[in-house]
Amino acid sequence: MTIPQDRIRNFCIIAHIDHGKSTLADRLLEYTGAIPQRKMEDQILDMMDLERERGITIKAKAVRMIYRAEDGQDYLLNLIDTPGHVDFNYEVSRSLAACEGALLVVDASQGIEAQTLANTYLALEHDLEIVPVINKIDLPSANPDSVKREIEDIIGLPADDALLVSAKEGIGVKEVLEAVVKRIPPPSGSEDEPLRALIFDSLYDSYKGAIAFVRIMEGRIKPGQKIKMMSTGRTFEVTEVGIFSPEMVSTDSLRAGEVGYVVAGIKNVKDTRVGDTITDAENPAEKPLPGYKKAVPMVFCGVYPADGEDYEKLREAFEKLQLNDAAMFFEPETSAALGFGFRCGFLGLLHMEIIQERLEREYGINLITTAPSVIYRIKKTDGQEIMVDNPTNFPDPSKIEYIEEPYVEASIMLPSEYVGAVMELCQEKRGNFKDMQYISEKRVILRYDMPLAEIIYDFFNQLKSRTRGYASLDYEFTGYTKSELCKVDVLINGEIVDALSFIVHKDKAYARARQLVEKLREVIPRQLFEIPIQAAIGGRIIARETIKALRKNVLAKCYGGDVTRKKKLLEKQKEGKKRMRQLGKVEVPQEAFMSVLKMG
Amino acid sequence: MGLYIHIPFCIKKCAYCDFNSYAETESIPLYVDSLKREISFYAGMNRSVTSIYIGGGTPTVLSEGDLASIIEAIYGAFNISPSAEFTVEANPETLSRRKLAVLRDAGVNRLSLGLQAFQDELLKMIGRIHTAKGFEEKFFMAREEGFDNINVDLIFGLPRQSVDDFRYSLEKLADLSPEHVSCYGLTVEEGTEFYKLQKEGLLPMPPEDEERMMYRMAREILGERGYLHYEISNFARPGRECRHNLVYWTYGEYLGLGAGAHSFMDGVRFYNAYGIRDYAGRIKSRGRSVEGEEPLLPEEQQAEFMILGLRLIKGVSKAEFYKRFRKDLDMVYGRVLEVLKEKELIAEDGEYVRLTEKGLDLANEAFVEFLPERPADRQ
Repeated sequence: MTIPQDRIRNFCIIAHIDHGKSTLADRLLEYTGAIPQRKMEDQILDMMDLERERGITIKAKAVRMIYRAEDGQDYLLNLIDTPGHVDFNYEVSRSLAACEGALLVVDASQGIEAQTLANTYLALEHDLEIVPVINKIDLPSANPDSVKREIEDIIGLPADDALLVSAKEGIGVKEVLEAVVKRIPPPSGSEDEPLRALIFDSLYDSYKGAIAFVRIMEGRIKPGQKIKMMSTGRTFEVTEVGIFSPEMVSTDSLRAGEVGYVVAGIKNVKDTRVGDTITDAENPAEKPLPGYKKAVPMVFCGVYPADGEDYEKLREAFEKLQLNDAAMFFEPETSAALGFGFRCGFLGLLHMEIIQERLEREYGINLITTAPSVIYRIKKTDGQEIMVDNPTNFPDPSKIEYIEEPYVEASIMLPSEYVGAVMELCQEKRGNFKDMQYISEKRVILRYDMPLAEIIYDFFNQLKSRTRGYASLDYEFTGYTKSELCKVDVLINGEIVDALSFIVHKDKAYARARQLVEKLREVIPRQLFEIPIQAAIGGRIIARETIKALRKNVLAKCYGGDVTRKKKLLEKQKEGKKRMRQLGKVEVPQEAFMSVLKMG
Repeated sequence: MGLYIHIPFCIKKCAYCDFNSYAETESIPLYVDSLKREISFYAGMNRSVTSIYIGGGTPTVLSEGDLASIIEAIYGAFNISPSAEFTVEANPETLSRRKLAVLRDAGVNRLSLGLQAFQDELLKMIGRIHTAKGFEEKFFMAREEGFDNINVDLIFGLPRQSVDDFRYSLEKLADLSPEHVSCYGLTVEEGTEFYKLQKEGLLPMPPEDEERMMYRMAREILGERGYLHYEISNFARPGRECRHNLVYWTYGEYLGLGAGAHSFMDGVRFYNAYGIRDYAGRIKSRGRSVEGEEPLLPEEQQAEFMILGLRLIKGVSKAEFYKRFRKDLDMVYGRVLEVLKEKELIAEDGEYVRLTEKGLDLANEAFVEFLPERPADRQ
């Protein structure tokens, strides 16, 4: 069955976490019979365990549906799922570029959130037709009229004809499908032009290699065809193309307007970079599709196996994860305190946490991670410019001309009653106020220029706790700015522990050093001798705590009936010791290395 | 072998006590009956019994008749060595001249009295039912009834107990000159009243430094008064060390009878059902009440040998270790011993490996090093 191009609709769903994107997607699939109800696992689009648990989408995915509309005609609908987190902003923009329209799903009682707004603007930049959908109207707290006003006032979209839906209860699902057909335009590219296909995601398969997820903008692609990646010029021969229904099903070809996948014996996901354009090697397009850029890691940390014997296992795990994640970066590094490990780069904190969790869960490796750092640009007095992503490599201050750190523009959307608290927080985090905008009587957007380092240092947790969870955050990298920074070293029992060093603004060095040594005093258990814990800038001690020597650890009684129980107690103590790192004479628990992040 | 008999009854449960013991009397007849049956189940064992210890709970909450009948059953069933040490634990409040005489006549030759402290306010706070004066009366009464081998228990590190309180208790007790003194540092165990109070922040424990000062003081004062410190918490006149407890610390064999009692024989540890009903039910249907057993691998036995043996002040004998396991102690634990010597937790005096003074305060830090890797860790 071939459906002509004018009856194809490519769309995505823009929504904040928990506003019901996955549930709505499930209902659409169910309604169109793309997945029989009995086969439905809840929330089919969030496939990774982690995605399901966190209620977020990490990888973009696509699914194809055939819908018989009220006009009696069959339509081919491609739903492209987009990641919902600021770390994956670039992936979002590529997914959007693959669509002609978007459903803007807003929770009827929560209203628009910062992330949704950012993504909606992104969709408008790509000229997408936006269909507002107000979800969860069955809830007693639902207030669709106020949400409509928000959509009109903030985004400037007419919201009179916003659809009222309860995905959970199955209310309004058909109306959504009708709106997709009637309001979202069909794709326009011609089949006769040279091939241009946009890669919006990729997947690594151990048999087929890297599989590119594509939207064909112009032309056709079929097995046997020689293709070229326009950013690298590398060529491959297509062995298979197909569609998502929702599992991958091979087809004869993909043509302009369609969404599907391409297999071409590609060994590495680095050759299927998101945003790149695939063209025909023999009849190439003149220009690639606009907007390609290489995803650049912004946040770095050290990742070490808790058990040194797991080093090789960790390397293999990284290699496997990287097959699916071209944005992740890793290279070997050595720490005096932690031994052999890796310095890793991530798109953001969430990306970092996800990789760490997958390493521990899917590969069973117990990790020690150091506090995350951004990349600093340091101009040395000898004229050399270096990029520093690890405090250990911070040069001697006398050799530094100036230091620059990455800045972002942060947009925070919040109920107006918390404005004071959040402004205070942003000030504490070295933010420069840009503007404030009322989006309704009760809700406000704040914009601040802020160092990225402050965002990754506990900002989001603080924001949530100071607004009782009602604020949402979005940020965008804006550039490098000169800053007064210094490196703080931590000494345990008189020896510098490299894995605990951190780079911080001069005005905050004392407070943060104090907090850190206090925290370390709490998490490091008492040992047989007194342990000084110090923080220092250069040779100057700026904070000190002492862990007193352990005076008593003895069982008063041990008779015949006690042996089993007392032995268990000792075994528990031994287990505790096994999880410690030996730093000189001192045993340090693993969580100590994360203390730099978790304090405050 | 040593024979232990458990009596899980008390008039009142003390605030620090996590032993298998109940403040009730209704099930005493059932229990005594079951215990006697269990004793007779083991009749005919050809091991000679070198020590008997009736502990609890408070064995002396039982009537003279019950006590006499249990002891009679023991003599009927086991081959008791003529020189056996025979101890009964007692709370002063439960003793009478008659009960003492009955015990004495039945062959009991050692008493262990719970005193804990000489301050009535402290005794009341920790839930003891006797006073200091009440203890003294019963102590003298026991002497008059012919008991020439008496242990008295003290506790230090009690909430609100001062160093002077404890010094007074030690001196006062030394004046009475019992043959044996046990001094236990208070441990707040889960499930006790103290545990609950501690969780609520209502237990004003003395600071750790003070607690350790009390321990040092016990060693000093009792040493000056002619007592030998022979185990982490135990002191005795020369020759009056508790032979029954030495069985545990020298990793000897023992049979434990009664609810929850543990035994160790032929390299296997086994234990009885814990609750009184459960215990009695099993005795009724099967004659014995063993609920579980734990065969110990050689490396586990070696570890236990060390952990128990190091509790003795003189330490572990290398010759004994070899005799027992046919392996040199230095071969098995050479590296551990080096580390522990480095940390000044143990010392070697030729034949013996023992805890140092520092090691007495931090014994667990040394003990954990002897534990074998658990099977799960070795994979």
